[in-house]
Amino acid sequence: MAMLNTGDILETIKMIQEENLDIRTITMGISLIDCIDSDIDRACDKIYEKMMRRAENLVKTGEDIEKQYGIPIINKRISVTPIAIVAAATKQSPVKFAKTLQRVAEGTGVNYIGGYSALVHKGFSAGDKELIESIPEALAETTNVCSSVNVGSTKAGINMDAVAMMGKIIRQASEKTKNDHCFGAAKIVVFCNAPEDNPFMAGAFHGVGEYDTEINVGVSGPGVVRAALSKHPDANISEIADVIKKTAFKITRMGQLVGTEASKRLGVPFGIVDLSLAPTPAVGDSVAHILEEIGLESCGAHGTTACLALLNDAVKKGGVMASSHVGGLSGAFIPVSEDAGMIDAVNRGALTLEKLEAMTAVCSVGLDMIVVPGDTSADTISAIIADEAAIGMVNSKTTAVRVIPAIGMKEGETLEFGGLFGSGPVMKVSGFSASKFISRGGRIPAPLQSLKN
Amino acid sequence: MRAVVAVIGKDTVGILAKVSGICAEYRANVMDVTQTIMQDLFAMTMLIEISKLTIDYIDFAEKLKAAGTEMNLQVHVMHEDIFNSMHKI
Repeated sequence: MAMLNTGDILETIKMIQEENLDIRTITMGISLIDCIDSDIDRACDKIYEKMMRRAENLVKTGEDIEKQYGIPIINKRISVTPIAIVAAATKQSPVKFAKTLQRVAEGTGVNYIGGYSALVHKGFSAGDKELIESIPEALAETTNVCSSVNVGSTKAGINMDAVAMMGKIIRQASEKTKNDHCFGAAKIVVFCNAPEDNPFMAGAFHGVGEYDTEINVGVSGPGVVRAALSKHPDANISEIADVIKKTAFKITRMGQLVGTEASKRLGVPFGIVDLSLAPTPAVGDSVAHILEEIGLESCGAHGTTACLALLNDAVKKGGVMASSHVGGLSGAFIPVSEDAGMIDAVNRGALTLEKLEAMTAVCSVGLDMIVVPGDTSADTISAIIADEAAIGMVNSKTTAVRVIPAIGMKEGETLEFGGLFGSGPVMKVSGFSASKFISRGGRIPAPLQSLKN
Repeated sequence: MRAVVAVIGKDTVGILAKVSGICAEYRANVMDVTQTIMQDLFAMTMLIEISKLTIDYIDFAEKLKAAGTEMNLQVHVMHEDIFNSMHKI
């Protein structure tokens, strides 16, 4: 046939059927700047009207593309302008905005809406503190709204007042939802260098420099990478990098196809493909297992950081050529509770918080979906955030913290979330205090960008 | 518009006849067929032109899948662009 090679066709089918290849998310970014109003009810009405109009066909279009191409598209989602910007003019508690977003989620059928957010990497402007303080209540009173706060950047440094606040906010969010697996805290991401076009939850928001409405796509496929590597048991590391690049290329091409098709059908500009390896708790969909396939007895062993650096870089190199626009987080995710291999590694004592922190220096995001003991203090959570933000700030990369204090639980127990969120072993944190450091407040100055050693 | 039909399963009599029968019934023109036996697995791929389909593409795909299930075969119907984009630069 002017056509396609049977081997290629069967390979694609195998990737989808057996190796969990899928499009993880089609996320529609919607700007709410034109919905700003000093009357909060009027602002909420405008938001509801605009979002319902723009996203009316998002879920249906996703399902149609899924059927036409035979590719599973797991999530359809929406990200919006950081609500702190929209809420500032109202001078009232922004929780009403969260409830409006919840109504939109129910009306459109999307599973999450991200953007109950504030960007405070240098300082707080009007509306920011009010929004941050309302996060625990907003997340307890909604089910499909996600929140994120950017507390640092390479250009601005780290806002330590915001870092101190976020430790408390995460604890409160967990306490307010303790009868619901402390799930409030799983819907908060604290960023350094947050990307403005990220399609993945819980950290998605729609930056102010983006299109009015756009489509961003997140691909996945840790299982495909692992399966490809398992066919090369004797390859050297250069060859391993090559196999990963070729696989990432194919995965990303699929994302590019789905993204451009969705953008065409919805009449909305195509933003980016986020070429991330996003694991799920499903068997065979683990990033930890890729690292083990490269040659580690367990994820967390010495050598893990090097394997992850190789994986992360090769995924980007393969993906960049496959897509016209790459953005978002792009890299390997290492969430603990959402990755069967990571959970096993923690349970067998191979993977610790310290090792995970080192891994975040070379991978896509940060300390993600990590369950800590219920008595972990707000200051200790803030200190974990500060460490992680420092890694992002100095290395000019995105880092994030999504930790869940498991109220009433101790190290060694397991917090069950269910579904895509999996379950998280409660991990050990240092018992030594950083309270004095956190209580000082102020800002960590932006780092030097030359003389790099 | 063209789609790829892939049929995978244990070899039995009449697979090609059944699948091409359904294609003819709904006016899908078969442009090319290849088949191979891999280990003892039968794999047939068919390129079909579907712009003159008399029913909706998704319903057509369902009919083929149902016929496959009857014969204990997996049938996948996918738009050809997915393969072009993944396997060609």
